[in-house]
Amino acid sequence: MRPKVVTLDVNRKRHHVVLAPNVTLLQALRELGCTDVKSGCEKGDCGACAVLLDGKAVNSCLVLAWQADGSEIITNAGLGTVDDPHPLQEAFADSGAVQCGYCTPGMIIAAKTLLDRNPHPTEEEIREAISGNLCRCTGYGQIVQAVQIAAERMAAAGPVTVTGQGG
Amino acid sequence: MKYQAKPLPPIDLPELRQVGKPLRRVDALSKAVGATVYAGDFLLPNMLHAKVFRSSEPSARIKRLDVSKAKGLPGVVCVLTAEDLPNAKLTTDIPGQTGQKQRAGSDAPVLAIDVVRFVGEPIALVAAETLDLAERALELIEIEYELSPGVFDPKGAMQPDAPVVHEPDNIVARWKIRKGDLAAGMAAADLIVDNTFRMPFVEHAYLEPEAGVAWVDEQGVINIRVCTQVVEHFRSVARAVGVPHNKIRVRGTMVGGGFGGKEDITVEIFLALLAKHTRRPVRLAYTREESFIAQSKRHPFIITHRTGVKKNGRITAAEIKMIADSGAYPYLSPYVLLYATIMAPGPYRVDNLHVDSVAVATNQSFTSAFRGFGGPQACIAYEQQMDEIAKALNIDPLEARRINYLKTGDCNATGQVIESATWLEETASRALEALGEKTLDSGPVKVGWGLASYFQSYGRITWLHDTSRAWVGIELDGTVVVRCGAPDLGAGQVNSLCQIVTEILGVPLKDVTIYSADSAATPLAGTSTATRQLYMSGNAVLQAANAVREVLLERAQKHFEEGMDHLDIADGKVFVKRNPEEALPLSQLAAMCAAEGLSLSNLGLFKAPFTEGIDPKTGQGRVFPDFTFGAQAVEVAVDTETGEVAVLKSVACHDVGRAINPAAVEGQIAGGSSQGLGYAIMEEFALKEGRILMPSLSEYLVPTSVDFPPTQVIILESGSGVGPFGAKGIGEPALTPAPAAAANAVADAIGVRVRDLPLTPERVLAALDRAQLAAEACV
Repeated sequence: MRPKVVTLDVNRKRHHVVLAPNVTLLQALRELGCTDVKSGCEKGDCGACAVLLDGKAVNSCLVLAWQADGSEIITNAGLGTVDDPHPLQEAFADSGAVQCGYCTPGMIIAAKTLLDRNPHPTEEEIREAISGNLCRCTGYGQIVQAVQIAAERMAAAGPVTVTGQGG
Repeated sequence: MKYQAKPLPPIDLPELRQVGKPLRRVDALSKAVGATVYAGDFLLPNMLHAKVFRSSEPSARIKRLDVSKAKGLPGVVCVLTAEDLPNAKLTTDIPGQTGQKQRAGSDAPVLAIDVVRFVGEPIALVAAETLDLAERALELIEIEYELSPGVFDPKGAMQPDAPVVHEPDNIVARWKIRKGDLAAGMAAADLIVDNTFRMPFVEHAYLEPEAGVAWVDEQGVINIRVCTQVVEHFRSVARAVGVPHNKIRVRGTMVGGGFGGKEDITVEIFLALLAKHTRRPVRLAYTREESFIAQSKRHPFIITHRTGVKKNGRITAAEIKMIADSGAYPYLSPYVLLYATIMAPGPYRVDNLHVDSVAVATNQSFTSAFRGFGGPQACIAYEQQMDEIAKALNIDPLEARRINYLKTGDCNATGQVIESATWLEETASRALEALGEKTLDSGPVKVGWGLASYFQSYGRITWLHDTSRAWVGIELDGTVVVRCGAPDLGAGQVNSLCQIVTEILGVPLKDVTIYSADSAATPLAGTSTATRQLYMSGNAVLQAANAVREVLLERAQKHFEEGMDHLDIADGKVFVKRNPEEALPLSQLAAMCAAEGLSLSNLGLFKAPFTEGIDPKTGQGRVFPDFTFGAQAVEVAVDTETGEVAVLKSVACHDVGRAINPAAVEGQIAGGSSQGLGYAIMEEFALKEGRILMPSLSEYLVPTSVDFPPTQVIILESGSGVGPFGAKGIGEPALTPAPAAAANAVADAIGVRVRDLPLTPERVLAALDRAQLAAEACV
């Protein structure tokens, strides 16, 4: 099959890109400059490349860019910035959940989808939700704590429109 | 059995303002929002993409290598083989440090010359306009092998008729320790306990595969931006590429995990060669599979302990033999073996000791540094042996250890006097106490407890004459700049340096900017290995910051007309201690100093103790700056029907000397524990006839968030270390006791020991079967 124009709505910015059928969403996003989407295994084992595809967390290495045509994609960088971080990002930074940081963007995406559907998760639910995301540095304990802290902070702040939700 | 924490001796640690606080690490938020740029994230104008053609055979002669079709593919710009690289050698056992001594005969060819010795050995390099073209070019490379017999186990490799990996024989390194009178010690024993333990290859599996970019700049300098633990490999790169040292610049990035696996050169030489040959920027990023196949593993060891003990558990003599598999090239094997040899008897006083160790070449993945550097392997053996001794004598495992623990002032295996605190019982008793009540057995599920005490060096071998440099300066607005060549692996290396500087110069952490890991632009600080950066570079920044502080205070003394002892700096101000209202912002003070030509910066140089090596006949002499001590206790449940091992509780207690950032220390300990439990229970990088059976993270399983409960972390601070503020090192020690503790817990649960790691269900069931057969045979 020949390349075709694919429309990708990435972090609220629309891109029209010509892509061959075998290009993965991971490759396409990185080509678009989304270096926060990390490549760790390219076969869905590690979760470092997780993004929100129409609000659902996916490993972008397992999705072809053509399959994402017309979809809305939010990456970790689309959730917040250094000046205006998402509560999850802030909590990860505060609680030692970030060591080498390579798993962090995917980890935060996994946590985000959990909190979207379950704002008050138990420790077990958090562990389950991030079980597809490998971290080799932390042993996961401080990551779980960070998600708990973010959930508490978000609950205390009341219902807010979080950057990156909807769109 | 209930355990009670041994009371700590009184320690008077000075109260500090910044050090000792769990501050948000300087690198954390940028990483959390995905703004940190890693080695694989860089693109350059006109950039080429590189791939490496690798051996598919573990042992073969290259009969024919033809790259002409690959070269002819439109879009392929450069193909290099050994023929293009006269004398391109990689000195494989030199960690790249300033002033390093060199061992002869251990070079690896950068690209295979005539012979391949392991699956994955690099043979050719390709650079093309696109990654796709580079991959297609690999498929066009024609190669014919003449297979030769390989050797795949270290014991076999030592047989006289074994195929030889490197002439003259397969022995890569040997060490020995001779201390006291072994025969007399054994004769004095009431019991001799003899056991052999085996450990597998283990993969680092950092999340970030090796990657980098290189380009030649306007001065003809080859710049390499890469994730590495050692920017000082620039010298080895220069030698391999054939340019002067000052024509290679390594710019380290934030590393996405190292654990020793990025201690050796990875993509640097390939990138430098291709940039040099094409004069274009080049990118090379390994896939996960290539990362597995191309880089080092943890050394498999076979360790035999023969220990003489009195009835009360006191060790009278120990004879220890170690065999390590070095794989196809030596890399750091001689040093890893040395560490294991020195740690072999554990943190115990053994006056009559023989250790004989050997590292052996095989046609398998090469082995090199991995967090702990032989220390965990030694611990897996000595701590299981200690439990076997306790069991044979029917005494409590802690008691068997307590009677033998090293004390401050005692000598270790090489006769080095331990000068710092040795809080072995303090840490072990706390870890056990924190396990609480033992969980009850439930049907076929048996619960067991395991303890492991350990000691592990921090700082490099003292005959390597280790140094580190750091530059600290204050700007005219009162902010601070630090320059230090230390690479940050994610363990918080640069944050610790910043936090130390804030303590001395009295500025908030946000006011410090650090430049790190650049072999040309930051003062060389040595390797981020050997748990040395806090000790070495921490002392270097401390020294530099103190020098700047002194200049500031001397000037402030004139301003306030107060003695220096009466002044202090905090919150960006110099103030009079008895009246803090009397204060001057650092920006004003810095401006005064600048106007008078006073230096507002300093380059600190810290030197570790220098020694000249150990006695080769006895292995006696000082080898390390100091040691960290600690313990881990683990509770497991073993399903005796399925063989499955579940960790129920885990507590790690370490004396870190002084925690510069307790949150970061906790992260090191919890993460090290997770890696160690994975090592014990699930991880094995299996090969068959030199071929990797677990080529990706689908087959090679590392712990996920649901595999183990969090390890409870207990941090003790003796203040007795040789690092800044009395700190010891914790990066590697964090892992060391975990696997042994898990192995002891499983043995306690099922009443029989599985002597080979990992403790897979198959091995657990086999051990139970053997025990049952033995019991039936006795009836």
